Amino acid sequence: MNDMTKPPLGIPQTAPIKSATFTDPINAEIRRAAATGIYDIRGGGAKRKVPHFDDLLFLGASISRYPLEGYREKCETKVTLGTRFAKNPIELDIPITIAGMSFGALSGPAKEALGRGANAAGTSTTTGDGGMTPEERGHSSKLVYQYLPSRYGMNPDDLRKADAIEVVVGQGAKPGGGGMLLGQKISDRVAEMRNLPKGIDQRSACRHPDWTGPDDLEIKILELREITGWRVPIYIKVAGARPYYDTTLAVKAGADVVVLDGMQGGTAATQDVFIENVGQPTLACIRPAVQALQDMGMHRKVQLIVSGGIRTGADVAKAMALGADAVAIGTAALIALGDNDPRWEAEYNALGTTAGAYDDWHEGKDPAGITTQDPELMARFDPIAGGRRLSNYLKVMTLEAQTIARACGKNHLHNLEPEDMCALTVEASAMSGVPLAGTNWVPGRGGDY
Amino acid sequence: MQTLDMATTELREVNATLQSQKADTNQRAWEIVNPKGSHAIACGLDGPIEVTVRGSTGYYCGGMNKEATVHIVGSAGPGVAENMMSGTVIIDGDASQYAGATGHGGLLVIKGNASSRCGISMKGIDIVVHGNIGHMSAFMAQSGNLVVLGDAGDALGDSCYEARFFVRGKVKSLGADCEEKEMRPEHIEILKDLLERAGADAKPEEFTRYGSARKLYNFNIDNAAAY
Ligand SMILES: Cc1cc2nc3c(=O)[nH]c(=O)nc-3n(C[C@H](O)[C@H](O)[C@H](O)COP(=O)(O)O)c2cc1C
Repeated sequence: MNDMTKPPLGIPQTAPIKSATFTDPINAEIRRAAATGIYDIRGGGAKRKVPHFDDLLFLGASISRYPLEGYREKCETKVTLGTRFAKNPIELDIPITIAGMSFGALSGPAKEALGRGANAAGTSTTTGDGGMTPEERGHSSKLVYQYLPSRYGMNPDDLRKADAIEVVVGQGAKPGGGGMLLGQKISDRVAEMRNLPKGIDQRSACRHPDWTGPDDLEIKILELREITGWRVPIYIKVAGARPYYDTTLAVKAGADVVVLDGMQGGTAATQDVFIENVGQPTLACIRPAVQALQDMGMHRKVQLIVSGGIRTGADVAKAMALGADAVAIGTAALIALGDNDPRWEAEYNALGTTAGAYDDWHEGKDPAGITTQDPELMARFDPIAGGRRLSNYLKVMTLEAQTIARACGKNHLHNLEPEDMCALTVEASAMSGVPLAGTNWVPGRGGDY
Repeated sequence: MQTLDMATTELREVNATLQSQKADTNQRAWEIVNPKGSHAIACGLDGPIEVTVRGSTGYYCGGMNKEATVHIVGSAGPGVAENMMSGTVIIDGDASQYAGATGHGGLLVIKGNASSRCGISMKGIDIVVHGNIGHMSAFMAQSGNLVVLGDAGDALGDSCYEARFFVRGKVKSLGADCEEKEMRPEHIEILKDLLERAGADAKPEEFTRYGSARKLYNFNIDNAAAY
């Protein structure tokens, strides 16, 4: 008998092809949304591939540039932040700072570990949405106090204890979005610090309650300076949205330091749609911000801290070569503490994920005991050992950046410059203003040197 | 009474002088003349002193106050007594936007009217307004009491948490998740005390209480239209 449903033997079949548009993860997300009726909330930064520091390379020394001797000739790494108005600028041994991460999102011991690690490496840490804890004040010799729209835990005593104040206007993971801390993580202590009922889903505001726009911000900064006697630097943190104008306005409003957080920047918890679809890649933000500073004659007078996807000493060197004075790390610091470590793989699997992909930080079930308020999980994390790992990592990154700087003939990381680099892709070249490798061409500009 | 004349004294010196008065100071009474709408007057005070500002102030007068009494004999610009922790701020005239924003404690008395966003994000402060308040007042208010002898504008108490609102006059509209509540004896007590301390001539029984319906405390997709 002839089976008409089967093609005759020997005729090749169409291979099953999955859609490049409707991918497995997209389809899974459609099914998840349909089943639950709620958008996906997660921690971390953008997971999509965007042009990044990997798309830049250093040229190294040649006949026209001579290198410095590794381990013998000095390559300085010190940076001073807040030289514009503050009586007491912050002096750091290394240009890598720890970004603001809230107590609430992180456990008390995790905050302590950040302080210990940063201290040992000679750098600063930053509070977050949720106020200042004694753990972090006690263990961070240089602590930046965030002034956020929510004003949770904001009080003049802590303000006066801070070594710098960071007015948060935006965050790279969610330019225009507020904070989020779901009920599972509102423990008694977190609730008390935030003056909120326990167990509620807590969405912090996206706009400051008592100022709007750059003219108000200038007056707000005046008030903060008056309360702190003009002693400490005032940073303004902006998301990588309109870096040229945001930097210009931050400087106009009186910032000592501009913190610029690109779209890959991590968050404790935000809608996935926000993380992946709003903001500009870090790489694309730096040149416009530096240009804004240069146009005002303020480059190096108002310092620029760049964050969002900084992982290695090479990233640090590249950000600085583009004109940043320092960088900040969030996600990388958590990984150094032990977040997403494969040693917890069985537990990640039980949560339906795998080490390296775990991002449900808002649920408070972190097997590594870092992004949780659960006493049992928290107890797994040793703040002394964690601090040690963080300081090791910070020192390695610094050594890596120095290695590159010496190879480029620089005796200070600040002397790195765009001319030390080439871009691997047309996109990276256009975004960073660094010529495409093998050419003297920057898309959108003339080809002359 | 010590006098600081802002026609001849810089803001920095005015504030530094007041901020350095600690609990044991014997110079408790201060007067600021010629404020001329300057910003950030008498902010960050940290002791039980009494400051009288003769004239109107700009932004953030009495900001982050602790323990001090600041009396503005005039009107106040935006963000008066913002993030106050304790003490008292009294305004004889009107207050602009965000009066008492994010305040954690203390008493703010506004003898005239308050503009929009009065008590926004309040976290424990008590605010008594003798006149009316503007729209979006007590937005995201967390705790504390807002008392209004006059009327309230649109969207009172939008997305509020555990703060209480007492309004004697009309409320133009309530914000999302804010509802009228029963006035129980303990509320009458709270109100009586606040009215007394604010020098307000009104009876607690004339007020209606509003507060959170607590329906938006945990996310539910069927409530999405409320946002
Ligand atoms: C767990 C976590 C919590 C965060 N909390 C805050 C916060 O409270 N305030 C803030 O301005 N940024 C917050 N951020 C963002 C960081 O300050 C920083 O902008 C970002 O992590 C930098 O990007 P990176 O993670 O790629 O290093 C948080 C980030 C993480 C990962």
